[in-house]
Amino acid sequence: MRKNRDNLKSPEQALRIFRVRALLAVVLVFAMTGLLMGRLAYLQVVQHEVYSTRSEKNRVRVEPLPPTRGLIYDRNGVLLAENRPTYNLTLVRERVDDLDATLALLVELLELSDEEAEAFRLRSRQRQRPFQPALLMSDLDEDQIARVSVNRHLLPGVEVEAQLLRFYPDAEVMAHALGYVGRINAEELATLDTGRYAGTHFMGKTGVERFYEDELHGQAGLRKVETNARGRVLRELGRTDPVPGQHLTLTIDRKMQKLAYELMDGRRGSIVAVAPQTGEILAMVSAPGFDSNQFVTGIDVASYRALQENLDLPLYNRAIRGHYPPGSTIKPFLAFAGLAEGVITPDRAIHDPGFYQLPNDSRRYRNWLRWGHGRVDMERSIAVSNNTYYYSLAHELGIDRLHDNMSAFGFGQRVGHDIFGESTALMPSRDWKRGRFNQPWYPGETLSVGIGQGYWQVTPLQLATATAVLANRGQWVKPRLASRIGDSPVPERVPETPPDIEIPNDAWWDRIFSGMEKVMTGHEGTARRTGVGLEYRMAGKSGTAQVFSLGQDQRYNAEELAERLRDHALFMAFAPTDDPQIAVSVIVENAGGGSTHAAHLARAMTDAWLLRDREPDVEELREAMEDDDGRVAGN
Amino acid sequence: MGMIDLTRVLRPHPVRAPASGISRRRSLWERIHLDPWLLGMLLLLMASGLVVLYSASGQRLEAVIAQGIRFGVALAVMFFLAQLTPSTLLRWALAVYLLGVLLLVAVELFGDVGMGAQRWLVIPGVIRFQPSEMMKLAVPLMVAAYLSRQELPPRLRDIAVCVVLIAVPVVLIARQPDLGTSLLVTSAAVFVVLLAGLSWRFIAALAVIAAAALPLLWMNLHNYQRQRVLTFLDPNSDPLGSGWNIIQSTTAIGSGGVFGKGWLQGTQSQLEFLPERHTDFIVAVLGEEFGLVGIVAILLLYLLIISRGLWLAAGAQDTFGRLVAGSIILTFFIYVFVNVGMVSGILPVVGVPLPLVSYGGTSSVTLMAGFGILMAIHAHRRLLPR
Repeated sequence: MRKNRDNLKSPEQALRIFRVRALLAVVLVFAMTGLLMGRLAYLQVVQHEVYSTRSEKNRVRVEPLPPTRGLIYDRNGVLLAENRPTYNLTLVRERVDDLDATLALLVELLELSDEEAEAFRLRSRQRQRPFQPALLMSDLDEDQIARVSVNRHLLPGVEVEAQLLRFYPDAEVMAHALGYVGRINAEELATLDTGRYAGTHFMGKTGVERFYEDELHGQAGLRKVETNARGRVLRELGRTDPVPGQHLTLTIDRKMQKLAYELMDGRRGSIVAVAPQTGEILAMVSAPGFDSNQFVTGIDVASYRALQENLDLPLYNRAIRGHYPPGSTIKPFLAFAGLAEGVITPDRAIHDPGFYQLPNDSRRYRNWLRWGHGRVDMERSIAVSNNTYYYSLAHELGIDRLHDNMSAFGFGQRVGHDIFGESTALMPSRDWKRGRFNQPWYPGETLSVGIGQGYWQVTPLQLATATAVLANRGQWVKPRLASRIGDSPVPERVPETPPDIEIPNDAWWDRIFSGMEKVMTGHEGTARRTGVGLEYRMAGKSGTAQVFSLGQDQRYNAEELAERLRDHALFMAFAPTDDPQIAVSVIVENAGGGSTHAAHLARAMTDAWLLRDREPDVEELREAMEDDDGRVAGN
Repeated sequence: MGMIDLTRVLRPHPVRAPASGISRRRSLWERIHLDPWLLGMLLLLMASGLVVLYSASGQRLEAVIAQGIRFGVALAVMFFLAQLTPSTLLRWALAVYLLGVLLLVAVELFGDVGMGAQRWLVIPGVIRFQPSEMMKLAVPLMVAAYLSRQELPPRLRDIAVCVVLIAVPVVLIARQPDLGTSLLVTSAAVFVVLLAGLSWRFIAALAVIAAAALPLLWMNLHNYQRQRVLTFLDPNSDPLGSGWNIIQSTTAIGSGGVFGKGWLQGTQSQLEFLPERHTDFIVAVLGEEFGLVGIVAILLLYLLIISRGLWLAAGAQDTFGRLVAGSIILTFFIYVFVNVGMVSGILPVVGVPLPLVSYGGTSSVTLMAGFGILMAIHAHRRLLPR
């Protein structure tokens, strides 16, 4: 080259160089264009399928169409759970130009407090899939909707979306029976059928809502839509409609439920009413209740803590989970056990000196009436609620036969047909005690169980069920909450109902019932005040459950104790005796004597059901109860 | 003859067509100093571009009309420049170059920030101007003007001068930052040097130095530029962020197949999955809607334009003209290669439009100005026997 430079400085040299280089450039240009074409051919021919699929996936989005949840009615068709449209404020961050400005404007428009505004900002920054709306606020009121709508042109990416939300018109009264729906949490999500629940954010958490979740929920549908890159739906390409949830008709009578809740009058306790022939639950109240609607949208922390820390335990479903010593309410069942096992006869009487003593034991097990009831036969033992009779009966039965006979009535077992979260409570036995405490069973403990104390614990639902079975003369029915799903009756479930209970002489049922009627109407019946003016035959039994055990021979005045240490009042009843239409169990915590308080409530329930045409006068009843509360009552 | 050629090279004064007798034989095209073949192919390219643009702009006729108006302006600029003689260009080369550098410095000091980069010079109410754009022509003109006064092939000293001439504006442009334009300015100027006969040993040495300088370049890149390179290496590393463009553009092209989905039928394009679909990524729309057939047709049209351009450059009768013309046409190819390479995913994302197809006024005007210069060089050659 150097040699050339010296010799050849001619323009021809430059031209030649240029031509060589230009030719080289042409070759390079063609080669590089060939490379591009090769790349394009690779994309468009070799990989065409891959990219076609990807492009299709890009464009087509499958959107779930959540089904509408089935409604819940009471036995008369009154709506208990409905779906109400509510409006949520959502935000798609990708469509918002200036997030801070948008949020500031929203805070101003919705007149949020600083605290709310902060929560608002946090929610807007939650990690989301691109172009998925983030929920900023639920349940906007009309005023807020209007203000956001008017300013929509200033708020790109902000939408007000309609959503159906569960609403319970009688939330507080129905809370425990119906249960409620709430947001599906991560754990539940893992167990759910994602196809069925696509697009659904709520599911039944407790109660009927939970038990009949499958029926109420329905089946999600879906639609294929074409969207643009901003996620905006352009057109529908195909759809499968959702199958709405089925409506549920309950056995509950809203009027009865409401009455029962009002009867509790702010006290803690439970009332369960069952139709004995069918097992239909007419009312199932646990008081105090709570506003279950709060749980639908997600209860705020402060309100939830208030409910949790409330000493009255409003979230606690006493009707199916409350454990109460049954007290004397179980005396009719024990009388049955004695008859069935041949330990007693209806007519054989004992002499009650006011206490019972086990052989070779100096300890005295006291009757509630210090000086004793004297001669006591079976019917009188029920009517006056004599303890000594049952100490003796229990001792002669022994814990094994006692346990088996009581289990036959459902004590210590889950009795409901379609009850979610029911407790078994406890029917003690030798095996149970050995397993629990690794101790043998002592004869004295049988005596405690014999008067419904000691380890024995029942739920109000169990007591109502046992009362119904008793009223049915041993024929078993399982209590149930739902009568119809859609247009068909609720299917029976197997394994089914426990075996019916039999007694050697069918007339003996009447003798037990007679004792229970004397409770209401006998001259020394423990609930004779309640029985005044009965227009039908009613059989009942009172009971008192000690909140804590007191020392022997120590009487106490209920009024001297703090209210919460007072005895629980219990009552079980059914009516009419000859054709039972309703069986009731009533438990009023810390009420005092059972024959007064709880009995009045039971009578109010039977009156309301049997004398349906008449409006019950709750006020008058309340006065009667206050009148009675001052007196020292029988057990 | 040698003597005559030598004087011509050293003193490349404007040489008018000599005898009026010859001018009578000149065709209309020669009189208006345009090359009909090149102009015809450019018009065909523009027309095709407008068809694709209508689809790519979301079927907005206004965009097509606006682009048509820009093409009109660009054609006017081309026509005007075609009337200049190469000697005029040579005379003005230094002044235009210096003005350009001055304006780049002004951008650096007072420039308007747009889209995250400082590229625009604004005299409020009068003009918004991107000085880097004019450097695409001013720098190769300057380098060619310099080299055409030297003996060729260039010596080391000449190369050193050229490096300075190129480096000053390129560094200023790269600082804005505008990687695409600095790349195009550099390649335009380097083509001049290469066509002037830079020795192969030198080219090899430069390649080695460039390779060695890569890490240094990497360290001086902005974060977003690094991100683009990383994304290019693995688009799926950030599919919703910087990888999105490439994933969507390859998807658009790939799903087009051999014959495409049909005009206005591209789902990627019409449903806005494709970003910047009417500007830098317009070839993806072409590929999706017209398939491999459509892209190959356009690429062949480009090849024809480049071939014709190189033919015209080779016919230029002085070194300055040859170098300028060759550089212009090869830079035109760089546009095509970088743009299609980027959209089809074999090059990192660099802001280079598809010439005369992508929506945008500035690049069209610059490109057509280049073709104007090319035609001027061709039309004003002396019609002498070889």
